Amino acid sequence: MELFLTTLINGLSLGGIYAMIALGYTMVYGIAKMLNFAHGDIIMVGGYTIYVFMATKNPFLAIFMAVLFCVILGILIEKIAYKPLRGASPLAVLITAIGVSYLLQSLALIIFKSASKTVTVFELKSVSLFGVPVQISALLTLAVTVVVMVVLTLFIKYTRLGRAMIAVSEDKGAAQLMGINVNGIITVTFAIGSALAALAGLFLLMRAPNLTNTFGAMPGIKAFTAAVIGGIGSIPGAMLGGILLGFVECIAAKITVIAPYTDAIEFSILIIILLVRPTGFLGKKRREKV
Amino acid sequence: MNLKKFKFTHYINYFVIGILTIVLAVLTMTKTVFPSSFLYLMEKMSISVILAVSLSLVVGFLGELSLGHAGFMCVGAYLGGKVASMLVPVMGNSIPTFLISLAVGAIAAAICGAIIGIPALRLRGDYLAIVTLAFGEIVKSIFQNTSDATFGGAMGLATPRFSKSYLFLFALVLVLITLAVVQNFIRSKHGRAVTAIRDNEIAAKATGINVTKYKLIAFIISATFAGVAGVLYSFSTSTIQSITFDYNYSIEILVMVVLGGMGNINGSIIAAALITFLNTKLPTILTGDLAVLQDLLYALILIVIIIYNNAPALKNFRDRVSLSKLLKKLFRHKNDPSSISDDAAKWDVVPTKIEMNEVLSVDVVPPDLQDPSGKGGDD
Amino acid sequence: MAAYMLETKDLGISFGGLKAAQNVNIRIKKNQIYGLIGPNGAGKTTIFNLLTGVYKPTTGTFYLDGEELKGLSQEKINHKGIARTFQNIRLFNNMTVVRNVMVGLHNQPEFKCSLIETLFRLPRHFKTEKAMRERAKELLSIFGLEEERNNLACNLPYGKQRKLEIARALATNPKLLLLDEPAAGMNPHETEDLVNTIKFIRDNFDMTILLIEHDMKFVAGLCDEVTVLNFGTVLAEGDTKSALNDPEVIKAYIGG
Repeated sequence: MELFLTTLINGLSLGGIYAMIALGYTMVYGIAKMLNFAHGDIIMVGGYTIYVFMATKNPFLAIFMAVLFCVILGILIEKIAYKPLRGASPLAVLITAIGVSYLLQSLALIIFKSASKTVTVFELKSVSLFGVPVQISALLTLAVTVVVMVVLTLFIKYTRLGRAMIAVSEDKGAAQLMGINVNGIITVTFAIGSALAALAGLFLLMRAPNLTNTFGAMPGIKAFTAAVIGGIGSIPGAMLGGILLGFVECIAAKITVIAPYTDAIEFSILIIILLVRPTGFLGKKRREKV
Repeated sequence: MNLKKFKFTHYINYFVIGILTIVLAVLTMTKTVFPSSFLYLMEKMSISVILAVSLSLVVGFLGELSLGHAGFMCVGAYLGGKVASMLVPVMGNSIPTFLISLAVGAIAAAICGAIIGIPALRLRGDYLAIVTLAFGEIVKSIFQNTSDATFGGAMGLATPRFSKSYLFLFALVLVLITLAVVQNFIRSKHGRAVTAIRDNEIAAKATGINVTKYKLIAFIISATFAGVAGVLYSFSTSTIQSITFDYNYSIEILVMVVLGGMGNINGSIIAAALITFLNTKLPTILTGDLAVLQDLLYALILIVIIIYNNAPALKNFRDRVSLSKLLKKLFRHKNDPSSISDDAAKWDVVPTKIEMNEVLSVDVVPPDLQDPSGKGGDD
Repeated sequence: MAAYMLETKDLGISFGGLKAAQNVNIRIKKNQIYGLIGPNGAGKTTIFNLLTGVYKPTTGTFYLDGEELKGLSQEKINHKGIARTFQNIRLFNNMTVVRNVMVGLHNQPEFKCSLIETLFRLPRHFKTEKAMRERAKELLSIFGLEEERNNLACNLPYGKQRKLEIARALATNPKLLLLDEPAAGMNPHETEDLVNTIKFIRDNFDMTILLIEHDMKFVAGLCDEVTVLNFGTVLAEGDTKSALNDPEVIKAYIGG
């Protein structure tokens, strides 16, 4: 029972973080039709911003600044690196994104050096839930994730801007003809994705407070995996994939024999799902017109 | 072969590397002792060139992005290294040991190439890129968690460094072999089929090209030589650690290919040699805190080059200021249309050029404008 | 030798609930130039996609020269003898004109040359390359593209791109050639030129041709018989004049 409950909470909270990052990938993919490889590194930037502003001893200011800074950075990256390539070959865009990821990592290395930084945002203990000790941070992660998901879903379904985003993801050309500012929508998408990445950075720090320049790389890749498993471009898919992956990771880590192979297992799941169902669980099939 | 048609420029890379190899071989035979740093640099450069040329086949000519090239190298290094360490007590640290290890490493990598080639048949673009990335990570993770007795696990696998100083000569010969295979492949009807798939897969299928077969062949050749590079690496060092072959290494190889101009083999060779040279020399110049500037530089170069070469808005600028045109002017090339070869043709050329009289005579729709979404068609 | 070069039997496909084509029966005799016409969205290109294996038919089947080709892959269907052009031109843009045609010659038995032979540069490699280039040049000269052979395909003007696509399709030595709106975007002079070229192909290559076209003058001047499609079903068929004058057809085009 204890093992079950801790694994459940752990899996859900890790899955929530993955889902939050995966949302960024999936929204950008759906709207700008590109794989934003640098998304994982935005998480790292968020982490470092929190680290810097924690000098003020005010965690809320630090979190606010992290979100703000990541949003600005996300928009800047889009404007400088990706926008000039709109209409160019997807391969070129992908390679540029990889370049941006590399750039952010090496900038962080220059500024913060290679030694890992320990960041404690909140002093959180664990509480007893049905007689089982549970980390408050995990519960907090879970709660915030749920709130974010609900707000985002409502935003996309019921606001003008949200519906415009759906329109752009369906058909950029037609959306433009309907008077939607496509460039503006893409900017908003990057901003939302980056804000979510900053939050994900916060929660990742709460799980393991060691900050290096590759802090966001692995969670980024895994969240992308989650987005693909759920069906890229699909928001519920990102949530489903994220939580699935979080569970797999937490369960695999509990089994001694396969624990070292956790990463390998997750990536194998990705490859298998792509082979069996290339569009993921909830993705839409796109047929190329001949 | 018709000697009159023999085009020196087509084979210049063989000559340059061949002459270099011969000169160095003669010097070695005449008992010239090279400093060990030079030997090390030559080995490193050869490994990089083999990796870049082989990756260029998939990225530049097949048009698919592989982010797991270091994974194939890893397989080659570990299997070749393991075979070598088993053979050395029996056959000594000799040339046959080297050749057998080389064969084993290359074949193992080729098998992995075939395995990765299978998803490549169903997936394209971003999806395939992420699968190759996953493959690289899986390979790394598997070797990292092996026991000490098999592949050494996290501590790494101790491999016999080649006993003779002339390993770099073998390395150079292997560069020549890689170049010959990849270049001969590309400049043949089979290579033409591969570039056709890159340019338009649907049209290639309708033209009767066996897309499955050629994608697999391209992936297998590419992986094989990554494996060769891995075996070379295991012979040039004394311990191999799986952490070496991480995602960043795959990216570094990709940078070489992009820097050289995708689909341009000679460019890849020069870029690979240059980056490897800088990798070994820069740490002596950029010491301490400056050392990290190197990565920053690569990242910036990658972004700037891709945007410069691909941004639709810069097209007119590129047409006016193109390096190849400048070179042509310098060497007073006549406007010889036969000088265009597919291997030099850039994969990212956007069709435009409309003749003036055409504009006057018909309502010409440039093919890139008539159907921007790629989903025209009345039915 | 079958009675018909192409025979489709109740050919149909549905995407989800949408029946893009149903019960299409077309019979084309050898050496015919056959037209497939109909208003926008009638399912003409869908038929082409079915015949070339891009889509698998949900109902019915089709025979080329008596041989059933349903269910074969796109490349197999090409090997069996159906070649096509595309409505939105699909050339190998970053390859030269002559190489585009050489890709078309890839599977011809006389240009066989194994991978090993090319990798080791055995004499056969050079022989085949030379022979392929010569053959490609011949094909290009039919379309007046010989001079352009070393230009990149993407740098050709629109009309010549259409011709190059036909040349590439012919290079695969088909029994049946499918042309998807070959005259689209051409001026009257170029269209007339195209009519002559298509007739030349039929006579000199012993070819059967099925084409989709919107230009009725072009169809009337070229096609022996036509099938008129509307909403995925056959509206009329038979010899071109009477089919075009069928009141149903006129209604479908003008609407009403």
